[in-house]
Amino acid sequence: MDWTIWVEWIVKGFVLCLILLTGFAYLTLYERRALARIQVRVGPNRAGPQGLLQPIADAVKLIFKEELTPRHVYKVVFFIAPILTVVPSLIIAAVIPLGTSFNLFGREITLYVANLNVGVLYLMSIASIAVYGIVLAGWSSNNKYAMMGGIRSSAQMISYELTLGMCFVLAILLANSMNPTEIVSAQQSGVWFVLVQPVGAIVFFIVTLAEVNRAPFDMPEAEQELTAGYHAEYSGMKFALFFMAEYQKMIVVCMILATLFLGGYAGPFVDQYPLLGPLYLFAKVIVLLFFMIWVRATWPRIRYDRLMAFGWKILLPLTIYLVFVTAAGILLAQETGNQLFYFAGIPVLSIIGFFTAFAIVYRDLRRKSHGRV
Amino acid sequence: MAQIEEVSVDQYKHLVSERALTGETMLLNMGPQHPSTHGVLRLLLELDGEIIINCIPDIGFLHTGIEKNMEAKTYQKAEVMTDRLDYMNTMGNNLSYCMAVEKLVDLDVPARAQSLRVILVELQRIASHLVWLGTSGLDLAAMSMFLYCFREREQILDIFELVSGQRMMTTFIRPGGVWRDVPVEFEAAVRDFIKIFPKRVDEYERLLTKNPLFIDRMVGIGILSKETALSYGVTGPMLRASGVDWDLRKARPYLGYEQYDFDVPVLTEGDTYARYLVRIQEMRESLKIVEQALNKLPMGPVRSANRKFVPPPRSEIGVSMESLIHHFKLWTEGFPAPKASIYSAVESPRGELGVLLEGDGSPKPMRVHMRTPSFDNLAVLPEIVKGRLVADLVAILSSTDIVLGDIDR
Repeated sequence: MDWTIWVEWIVKGFVLCLILLTGFAYLTLYERRALARIQVRVGPNRAGPQGLLQPIADAVKLIFKEELTPRHVYKVVFFIAPILTVVPSLIIAAVIPLGTSFNLFGREITLYVANLNVGVLYLMSIASIAVYGIVLAGWSSNNKYAMMGGIRSSAQMISYELTLGMCFVLAILLANSMNPTEIVSAQQSGVWFVLVQPVGAIVFFIVTLAEVNRAPFDMPEAEQELTAGYHAEYSGMKFALFFMAEYQKMIVVCMILATLFLGGYAGPFVDQYPLLGPLYLFAKVIVLLFFMIWVRATWPRIRYDRLMAFGWKILLPLTIYLVFVTAAGILLAQETGNQLFYFAGIPVLSIIGFFTAFAIVYRDLRRKSHGRV
Repeated sequence: MAQIEEVSVDQYKHLVSERALTGETMLLNMGPQHPSTHGVLRLLLELDGEIIINCIPDIGFLHTGIEKNMEAKTYQKAEVMTDRLDYMNTMGNNLSYCMAVEKLVDLDVPARAQSLRVILVELQRIASHLVWLGTSGLDLAAMSMFLYCFREREQILDIFELVSGQRMMTTFIRPGGVWRDVPVEFEAAVRDFIKIFPKRVDEYERLLTKNPLFIDRMVGIGILSKETALSYGVTGPMLRASGVDWDLRKARPYLGYEQYDFDVPVLTEGDTYARYLVRIQEMRESLKIVEQALNKLPMGPVRSANRKFVPPPRSEIGVSMESLIHHFKLWTEGFPAPKASIYSAVESPRGELGVLLEGDGSPKPMRVHMRTPSFDNLAVLPEIVKGRLVADLVAILSSTDIVLGDIDR
């Protein structure tokens, strides 16, 4: 094999890691500023212009903080857990295409690290590994609050993994491929899948909130109940690794959502200027991240058992229904040659299913608050 | 490194069930350093998974000895201690103490002072409910509520600063009236608040009342039945959410509350959501009272002219020998109170706040006892959290709206 391809891989992998690490740092600033705007505050604006150096100050603080390893922890696992959490959140981005390819010194450079033809499976499997870090952190801390956080997180991940898988299936069906690059190019030549399957995109967003432990599904850390949850005993850089993993996962799941349903790097003129691709993806990720922050600012946390019930009783049947509708729509469009089945049938039936699911949730709540206001 | 003292089983055996001793259930210390215990409250929980089998509140971490300290001070000087009791209801504490003193020595309060007291105490009630709303929103992770509520509370505290020079520990209400007349800017500031606040309450309600996640967290949990509430001596919004129409402002009117037109919200469900609705409604009703009191605020003196108990104004001291003597006597020796024991109660934001004063003929009280609502409202907590989840405990605890300074006095 040509040695230059190794250099290319290493450089690209390195650049991707750097993008994610910087992205993490600035996502914390973005979140703090956006939250502050929503909460009629100013937010961090002292370090550097508009607080742009705040992430650096935070990093320096965390690095120089004392790292405390309590006496009662199981040391090996306690040490490994943060690593196990942060590594999947970095390597998961390898198969996400940031763009097509461009020429550099007469050499074609592709804008993704790996072009796996089962890339979606890779995404799923790596996403599931991350839970081990959290569970092990909770268990090895030998702290009751941390253990409860860890257990909550494993239950939550298992409940939402299935729905997440089903949402992947939607995109696979629509693109007729498991390769993320081909999923994007299918959307570039056709329409964004969010138009065909809007409900799928919404459900995917809800599920990813649970998958990355973001509000309102932030059970494992639930500050008001479990103080800090699974990372209660961690300090200094080890704590920062958990923090890093959470925010990187936020970025990565937004990238995945953009890739599967919002056309990834696709956008106008991206064929002529391939370097526009990463910019389009970046813009889409920023918008999706804002939704995550917005939800965090306004919504109360759902209760742990209700979260499980919501996952198993509402979301999973709904996504199974969506998969059925999508598959049937594609099949009918192929058999009859009438594209109406594809462009009208799938969205309409999906939205009906969505409202049915919501009607069930609301009926439940109305029954609960019967006779009130 | 300091050695942590092992707690022997004998010390907690009588508190928990048999299953805890075999290790089948888990004992968990929630607090005293925990973000959701609203101060320094420790709850010893016995958990089966996440289900609460037993909950034992442990109080006393904030004990300040206020009641005992007050015995060493004259009636006037003891008043500053009352601010520190329930730090969310400083005006109300002043009021309840001053009313007790006035009852003990039989002192009249001018009409203007009465109205001013009503305005300030009702503003304080709104401020206290705002803190409750913000913190209970925060306990359910609706974090923006906290900052929105504190924005309005800040406006009330600014009004307090305007009238008394202090934001929280005002000691503005004094035996025989209030410290001094309010400045001219007072009316505009209160009117401003009256104008803004209803819109803001609507905003909070839009954010929470119909929010499916909020309803899910609040409805049907922590149900407190009417009988349990009465037998535990629960008062205030908690009692009214359980279907008992008992508000001292209506039942035993003081400060001329009978002349104001307001409703006492009563709900029968007795769950956390009912408590939430009652308090939200109370904020609106309090605002109605403030507006009425401000509209017919009479002119006149703000302190009683009875110089045996109320010091003369500063300006008189230079020209009147008698005033100087009164001033000197009152600030050195104080005024003697008759040998009697009285109890006087007001409706604080949390419930019935009563003061028992026992005079022995000297200028210092022989015994001061506060009947504080948080204490009784907390006592009922174990009854209503059993069988619920840890997450519910947080919601229920914040719906009891306890202030630890009020419990450990």
